[in-house]
Amino acid sequence: MNLWLIPLLPLAGALLNGLFGRRFSRAGVTAVALGFPGAAFAWSLWVAAQFARLPAAAIPYSETLAAWMQAGAFRVNFAFYLDQLSLVMILVVTGVGFLIHVYSVGYMAHEGGYYRFFSYLNLFLFFMLTLVLADNYLLMFVGWEGVGLASYLLIGFWFQKDSASAAGKKAFIVNRIGDFGFLLGMFLMVKTFGSLSFGEVFPAAANLGVEGSAGVLTAIALLLLLGACGKSAQIPLHVWLPDAMEGPTPVSALIHAATMVTAGVYMVARSSPIYSRAPEALMVVAIVGCLTALFAATIGMAQNDIKRVLAYSTISQLGYMFLACGVAAYSAAIFHLMTHAFFKALLFLGAGSVIHALSGEQDMRHMGGLRRKVPWTFATMTVATLAIAGTPLFSGFFSKDEILWKAYSSPQGSPVFWAVALFTTLLTSFYMFRLWFMTFFGERRTPAGDHTHEDHVHESPPVMLVPLVILAVLSAVGGYVGVPHALGGHNSFAQFLAPVFATGEEVAVHVADAGLERLLTFLSVLAAVLGFAFAWVLYCKRPELPERITAALGGLYYAVANKYFVDEGYQAVFVRPVVEGSTEILWRGIDVGLIDDSVNQAAAGARGISGAVRKMQSGNLRSYAGWVAAGAAAVLAYMFWVGTR
Amino acid sequence: MVPISYYLVLSAILFGMGVLGFLVKRNVITLFMSIELMLNAVNLAFVAFATQWNALSGHVFVFFVMVVAAAEAAVGLAIIIAVYRTRQTLNPDRVDLLKL
Repeated sequence: MNLWLIPLLPLAGALLNGLFGRRFSRAGVTAVALGFPGAAFAWSLWVAAQFARLPAAAIPYSETLAAWMQAGAFRVNFAFYLDQLSLVMILVVTGVGFLIHVYSVGYMAHEGGYYRFFSYLNLFLFFMLTLVLADNYLLMFVGWEGVGLASYLLIGFWFQKDSASAAGKKAFIVNRIGDFGFLLGMFLMVKTFGSLSFGEVFPAAANLGVEGSAGVLTAIALLLLLGACGKSAQIPLHVWLPDAMEGPTPVSALIHAATMVTAGVYMVARSSPIYSRAPEALMVVAIVGCLTALFAATIGMAQNDIKRVLAYSTISQLGYMFLACGVAAYSAAIFHLMTHAFFKALLFLGAGSVIHALSGEQDMRHMGGLRRKVPWTFATMTVATLAIAGTPLFSGFFSKDEILWKAYSSPQGSPVFWAVALFTTLLTSFYMFRLWFMTFFGERRTPAGDHTHEDHVHESPPVMLVPLVILAVLSAVGGYVGVPHALGGHNSFAQFLAPVFATGEEVAVHVADAGLERLLTFLSVLAAVLGFAFAWVLYCKRPELPERITAALGGLYYAVANKYFVDEGYQAVFVRPVVEGSTEILWRGIDVGLIDDSVNQAAAGARGISGAVRKMQSGNLRSYAGWVAAGAAAVLAYMFWVGTR
Repeated sequence: MVPISYYLVLSAILFGMGVLGFLVKRNVITLFMSIELMLNAVNLAFVAFATQWNALSGHVFVFFVMVVAAAEAAVGLAIIIAVYRTRQTLNPDRVDLLKL
């Protein structure tokens, strides 16, 4: 099927634009930038068509291009691996990716570094597709590191801004911590299974059986989880994602919402044969996901920057996906991954459109009343908001409900997980509608003395609106591929993915209680409606209330608005000791004190001795003669002493 | 026959006078003369030993020393004249252009 074409096409685009883009005209850059990802998308569709015709025995389909490294029995190939899971991923990545490329043409039209931007964006697609198509963990790691690189480059795209380059560095360094776990996990895998390829590791893991108490599979799973936490911004490595909003908005949509950050979820789902045999690791995954979902949602309620609200929302939604993985409902996680890719990309692009309309304003306190000025953006954002809040019949409703239901009903689930997730649903609905009301309703709240933007509010060009509309349609109907049985559907998405997770005990609904499922669904809808109601009261009906409430909450609000001081804590616990240890010990102590000083002391010693010896070279003729005479006298005295002894 | 020790003592006295003169005098011509004195003190020692041991090489050495001393005197005087023309002094302590 020539799978290699899918990642290689964007790479060609990246190289063309990166190397020669400076000499191309804008139209040329655009053609390259859109052509190659578009071709990759088309090829993915063709591959999907081919895939549908494959007999079940031929799945997973794998393609080996070349041997990469071989050491004894251990070998790693450049090989691609296609099964239902990677198929969903490549379709999401190329599809959403292509739409965001189109949008970027409009969004970046007035920016410098146009070719550079698209070169990075294509490069990202190359690495992301390598990641999801890889046939072994090592090739996956190449993609994994590559998307980190692309993310770093794009966060720091406006590198003249200090905050942007600092955010890029932060993302890169925090991800390093996760990658460290991923690497150790791979080493342990090589030691345990003698291989990194999916085709060999998974059957071997399956043979090991479920671990009663923590063992080597749990260790591998936890190390991989550390990697996933880094990439997918889960507690405790979530700190980089909000800062990553320094990048251009399409980047936030593509990398920091729709695709790259879901790589961790993909990796956990892909490793389901390992996780499912390490129940304690699964438990950790579920707890991490659950905590992250709740924690990020609370922060999201108190942010005022439109992109930061969405960033925390992304972290929270990723938490849902981890929760789903943690209760062994991998297909629910991937389902939510897909719908989230649609509506979160749409939210970010919509936010970008709003920011574009307001010439760069990101603070929601300075927005308001935009629904008539930017009707298309308003309409599409509304669809996305309804979808993420879990409004019935929109895509987010089905996927989130699937997760909630699995969190309750799965053997690994528990009512506690469900309760936390349900409460998070309420919070999600609240902060999303808060954003919606603050942005589009009420009166425009321009900052005092600033009237420059008022007349320039304009709807975005069609090249930005078309992707918005397509994504809005997907956000609305994307959920129908996975309507659960309890609501009269066939849950076809889970069935489609089932073969991938079959070895991983993907939940065949143990609690086949449709009545209970309907009740839980009703409760989650109720939670969403409650969230909406709160937001309506606070930000539409009585806009003076929020201030009173925040004043009443005092310290709690302060902590939430400042993200629970996690950054400050890390600063104090990790960054400061490293910086000060480096300054005091490594720099002033070892480098200056030991290395520089030994060199300086050697030089000073040579200088001191020379200074003393130099005195002999006085230039005074008689002193020379005196030395000669004294020397001769000394020799003579010695001879006498020797002779008379 | 005069014992050799007389010659050697005289030679040592002459040499000592030469050294002393070289160390204390400030006129470069006097220094020159001190050097000649030292050379001739050595010459005296040479011929004394040569006579003592009936060896010819001591005499030959003396001729060599005289030849070299003559050549040195020629070059040395030339240098002294050149120095005097440029520096208007014969005091070697004041010829110190190369000193730091």
